[in-house]
Amino acid sequence: MIRFFAIIWLAWLMTVPVKAVEPDEILKDPVLEARARKISVDLRCLVCQNQSIDDSNAPLARDLRILVRERLTKGDSDAQVIDFLVARYGEFVLLRPRFAPHTMILWFSAPVLFLISIFVIFTAHRRRSAEVAAAPVKALSAKEKRALKKLLRRG
Amino acid sequence: MISEIGHFALILGLGVALAQTILPIWGAQCGNLALMRIGTSAAQAQFVLILIAFIALTVAYVTSDFSLLNVFQNSHSAKPMLYKISGVWGNHEGSLLLWVLILALFGGAVAVFGRNLPPDLKANVLGVQGSISVAFLLFMIMTSNPFLRLDPAPFEGRGLNPILQDPALSFHPPFLYGGYVGFSIAFSFAVAALITGRIDPAWARWVRPWTLMAWMSLTIGIAMGSWWAYYELGWGGWWFWDPVENASFMPWLSGTALLHSALVMEKRDALKIWTILLAILTFSLSLMGTFLVRSGVLTSVHAFATDPERGLYILGILVIFSGGALALFASRAQVLRQGGIFAPMSREGALVLNNLLITTACAAVFIGTLYPLALEAVTGDKISVGPPFFNATFGPLMVPLLLAVPFGPFLAWKRGDILGVAQRLSVAAVVTALVVIAAYSISGRGPWMAPLGLGLGIWVIFGALSEIAFRVKMFRASWEEVFRRLRSLPRSAFGATFAHLGIGVMVLGVVGTTTWQNEKILEVKPGEIVNFSGYDLRFDGVAPAQGPNYREQIGMLIVTRGGEEITRLQPSKRLYDAPKTATTEAGIYAAWAGDLYVVLGDELKEGAYTIRFYFNPLVRLIWIGTLIMFFGGFLSLSDRRLRVGAPKRARVAQTAAAPAE
Repeated sequence: MIRFFAIIWLAWLMTVPVKAVEPDEILKDPVLEARARKISVDLRCLVCQNQSIDDSNAPLARDLRILVRERLTKGDSDAQVIDFLVARYGEFVLLRPRFAPHTMILWFSAPVLFLISIFVIFTAHRRRSAEVAAAPVKALSAKEKRALKKLLRRG
Repeated sequence: MISEIGHFALILGLGVALAQTILPIWGAQCGNLALMRIGTSAAQAQFVLILIAFIALTVAYVTSDFSLLNVFQNSHSAKPMLYKISGVWGNHEGSLLLWVLILALFGGAVAVFGRNLPPDLKANVLGVQGSISVAFLLFMIMTSNPFLRLDPAPFEGRGLNPILQDPALSFHPPFLYGGYVGFSIAFSFAVAALITGRIDPAWARWVRPWTLMAWMSLTIGIAMGSWWAYYELGWGGWWFWDPVENASFMPWLSGTALLHSALVMEKRDALKIWTILLAILTFSLSLMGTFLVRSGVLTSVHAFATDPERGLYILGILVIFSGGALALFASRAQVLRQGGIFAPMSREGALVLNNLLITTACAAVFIGTLYPLALEAVTGDKISVGPPFFNATFGPLMVPLLLAVPFGPFLAWKRGDILGVAQRLSVAAVVTALVVIAAYSISGRGPWMAPLGLGLGIWVIFGALSEIAFRVKMFRASWEEVFRRLRSLPRSAFGATFAHLGIGVMVLGVVGTTTWQNEKILEVKPGEIVNFSGYDLRFDGVAPAQGPNYREQIGMLIVTRGGEEITRLQPSKRLYDAPKTATTEAGIYAAWAGDLYVVLGDELKEGAYTIRFYFNPLVRLIWIGTLIMFFGGFLSLSDRRLRVGAPKRARVAQTAAAPAE
């Protein structure tokens, strides 16, 4: 099912469904190009759903790729390029959400949940062990004794 | 006429489902055996009725009956037969009918094969199962009826989205639903157990085969989707952490955890409360996936799902079933007796670690998928949560899990000997170390994580093999003895081994293709030879071709290696007639070392084309691994012990009464 519905948007995007980066966009300097690729993988193509500008063939993605490369050639650092794009398009453009007050829950809930679970497992284990250790060994009931005797006799 | 029969059968199915919900549960409450038995016949009748409805809709698709609105919107007379049939579930209404059909199939199967279940438990299970049917049938008849007519009937339909016209994708939804809906059985058993207030190892024994079946189906379903994405979407990606993918992945993770915890419950009568909770959560996640994908909340561009009424209805179903089950759980969990205890270093302990890591990973996926929605609802801020987030949170949890996998099956129940286990795994450890060193020396200055990742895969594979080798006394006894032992091992033992082996194989594929993928994007003129990843590819230009319902441009490439022709690749661009859509078909040459993957791009000047070349090392292992996992599940399912039936109540009572140490 999942796929089926995913496709609907994909189909819309894919008038010419080929991945990204055209030969004419590639920078001559391989170091700069590598940086550009690394940045674009973490940037969202805003008109697509969940595709990075590195993957998308939409015209906007192309514009953004070229923009990233322009800023890099002008001497911006990676962080400056990203800040520039966030200032322009908002945080929605980042596929890797920032560490900030409004994303604390996002980043920390899985690790916190992990620690809480360990704590819960640990205390449950200790409580249970203590319970079992403290529990008196129950004597057999008369019925059980009879059943046991019967079994022993048969054996 | 046939459509009317289908429509009628669907409504009748709702009536039967209602009876199936009310009568058996009532019967179980007042101890009326006749009322309880109604569940069995109602479940079978319901399956037959919904099957009739499904066949009726299929006939309408096959005969291109455009007087049905649903057929008109999603089919076309010129489509190949395979896609006329798969078109039945290629849309919201039809896929919902498939969903309900599989639900009824599972319910009917419990009715038929659950002969050895205590009558009150069976009645409650079928009752709960019936109530799920009621909810979805009502939903379908009220908001998404596939049998609505159109008058006058149009001459031609609008066609199925071409990107859906693919063999792997045709069978992807039935498998996926088999998983989603299969988990409903675990859910029904959990709720029934809470109603009767009686939970014992036999419960786990009854539930495990159904859960395993659902898990296998979901495994294959997800793998097919990923395989399709790999060759159809045109850049060699196989997993995108897309919300709709996550929606299917979360029930898989939680179902995997459930399989393992149910094992502890069956064998040791422990982790009972947790297992019940996990059964409820797994199906809730399936329902949530259905809601996310069909309600339109995830991404506003889900075409079938923009109807808010539908979204609200599914949300209602989710709230009633999950909320209701969880409330029942909260009120009854105290009553459930705790089972036996165990030392931290034991098989149980290892399975608890497995559950801890898998459920935390599932929670990470859950939060990453839903957080943007929640944040936007609360503060209005729009953020994206993409693959980098999931790789950073999900990935680190998998490392300890994979490291621990080989230890689990070696540890004894109750109290294990970790040093002894480490000794038995020494061969696997040595092999792993050798592979890591070899990988470092070959890859040189490549990514430093890759050899370690490979090592992790090898460790899991050889860990699984060591376990079987140890159990059959390989190299320690005569060959006759080894073969005798091999034959007498229960199949379920091999099941676990294969499932773990599959994980290891998959890890190799994932690591290989993500860290060593090679890519080249070039302008290529006809006649030009491109040297790429050890292959020489000669581009012979592009030729037009005509398919059954599309036209295409096929790029011709001849692949040679050392002057010898290996294969011809024909990446193409297709333009479908109805609806007018373009798709790309990658040219793929599959070899063990990796796939050569070529995509035809746009035409530039003078017959030159943009061509993208990818080399995806070991990528096949991802899907081969999932097949091995599936096979493991199959072995385990075919084990006689699971089929021949659960222990009788008397024996269970004895196990429970055994004094805990």
